[in-house]
Amino acid sequence: MQAAWMLSAALVTGACGGGQPAPGAAGTAAPTGVTTTVTLDGSSTVFPISEAVAEEFQKATPGVRVTVGISGTGGGFQKFCRAETDISNASRPITKKEMDACAAAGISFIELPIAYDGLAVVANPKATWIDHITAAELKTIWAPESQGTVKQWSQVRAGWPARELHLFGAGVDSGTYDYFTQAINGKEGASRGDFTSSEDDNVLVQGIANDELALGFMPYAYYNENKANLKLVGVDDGKADNGAGPILPSVETVKGGTYQPLSRPVFIYVSAKALDRPEVKQFMDFYLAKGGALAEEVGYVPLGERGYQLVAAHLAARKTGSVFEQAGSQVGLTIEQLLSRESQ
Amino acid sequence: MAVSLGPNASSAGRRRADLVFQAVALVVLAVALGALAVLVATVWRDGAHRLTWQFLTSFPSRRAESAGIYHAIVGSLYVIVLTAVMALPVGVAAATYLEEYGGRSRLARFIELNIANLAAVPSIIYGLLGLGLFVRTMAMGRSVLAGAATLALLALPVVILSTREALRTVPSSIREGSYALGATKWQTIWYQVLPMAVPGILTGLILALSRAIGETAPLITIGALTYIPFAPDSVWSAFTVLPIQIFNWVSRPQAAFKDNAAAGILVLLALLLTMNAIAIVLRDRYQRKGRP
Repeated sequence: MQAAWMLSAALVTGACGGGQPAPGAAGTAAPTGVTTTVTLDGSSTVFPISEAVAEEFQKATPGVRVTVGISGTGGGFQKFCRAETDISNASRPITKKEMDACAAAGISFIELPIAYDGLAVVANPKATWIDHITAAELKTIWAPESQGTVKQWSQVRAGWPARELHLFGAGVDSGTYDYFTQAINGKEGASRGDFTSSEDDNVLVQGIANDELALGFMPYAYYNENKANLKLVGVDDGKADNGAGPILPSVETVKGGTYQPLSRPVFIYVSAKALDRPEVKQFMDFYLAKGGALAEEVGYVPLGERGYQLVAAHLAARKTGSVFEQAGSQVGLTIEQLLSRESQ
Repeated sequence: MAVSLGPNASSAGRRRADLVFQAVALVVLAVALGALAVLVATVWRDGAHRLTWQFLTSFPSRRAESAGIYHAIVGSLYVIVLTAVMALPVGVAAATYLEEYGGRSRLARFIELNIANLAAVPSIIYGLLGLGLFVRTMAMGRSVLAGAATLALLALPVVILSTREALRTVPSSIREGSYALGATKWQTIWYQVLPMAVPGILTGLILALSRAIGETAPLITIGALTYIPFAPDSVWSAFTVLPIQIFNWVSRPQAAFKDNAAAGILVLLALLLTMNAIAIVLRDRYQRKGRP
């Protein structure tokens, strides 16, 4: 115990000798002026991209520390709007309420789409009867009023077996669930409640891989890592102008805007005040330069060269605010449409 | 059970009941230990091959094979040492007051009731308290200090309760002997009672710290980070701990990260066992000192 006492005494005196922290300096305590820190927090969906960028950035830029937290998109914005973080990861656009909180605290921000995420619809490999599904059929299955009534495959499409339908989906607190319900049922958070839900997508992978009668949705990256145990189901949105017939999610179809309605952009939000700090500016430039390749490496779909140029221009112009101010999540928007709105 | 255990039961019946109970107890023990053995064996099978020097000395990475756990080991050690430093003096002082000075006063009973309740509060509540009090009001930020203070709160009730138990086991003949030699109350407590209670206090502390080192929820709440490419270098540093790193690896899509998580669990187990071993050695030493 004595050793522990001495060690801790050394820690405490060491810390005091090293200079008191400046509380309020972005809420994080950097003890000395030697190293500077860039802090990110927010969505677990965007985390792998930001983590990869942070890892590479630090190899290239010694002396700057980058930390990335996972608090969920909502939790991230709460910290962001209290000036506790510099950059917020978000798998959906900022909401009106969150914007008000930021405005009240005097935080203005720049909204930057940085990649696409596709939601994969998957079934068990033994489910021979299914290779594609239409958006309308998905709605038949997942609509709130289907709860307790749509219980068999045969109720969805004639020819499918009269056997039980077992549903799996993302947890109701996730941005993935918000987006899926918005895209399929037309309203964020509106869906039946009698399905197996989990915030941990690996639980969904296990569940579907072991259940012949399962159908579910999950981020494309999780399908991609478990291809052998899952069957990817093509989705047909019923519109011919963005690719006719059922379409499987892939880098090309997500980027090209034909895998609809289940692909979405993901964002980072950078505080305008933090951007005045050279290390944050440096990190953002690095993010936009290398983010695409790194996003692809960790299982996401990059925006494409033109996309990143537009985003970089947007950052350079320091255009604050959100294009989603009025509408919330938008389904079926390609990145070019989105960015042209951003630059208006 | 149908066997009557009343005072009138026949001798053979009572013996049979005794045997049945013994068998049930053995089976229960075997099930518990068996489950533990299976768990450890599974984790060992998955994680042993990742337990390399590289793993122990590297920082997190998006690539499973180059990711390491050094930052989390240092973070856990920082947090647990600081937690002990905060919880031990306060806990022992509080217990001493309640046991030796408080008596049956209204205040003492009120405090006692609250401590008993605190011991049963879910850890996430401590996390929320830590976030409001340490991180924001006291402006500690997401620092090691804030994390340790939160865990110290979590550990305090256990430390206090076990210290009180330990103080109670000191025979009153020791106190009376001390008084008879003219010692004051404080001298009696400091030179006689507390040293004799050390083994019990240490046991309580180690139980409390073993719980604290495995805690994830309160630290996530106060904002312990998930990706942190450096080891903490002062109490004001940002940090992460082993359970958070393990949790993060388990939830990733790539299978290779699950092996990392298993290896992380082995590291955490080793750390726990080391802590417990140190506590047992210390306790035995003090026990020998206490009763020559």
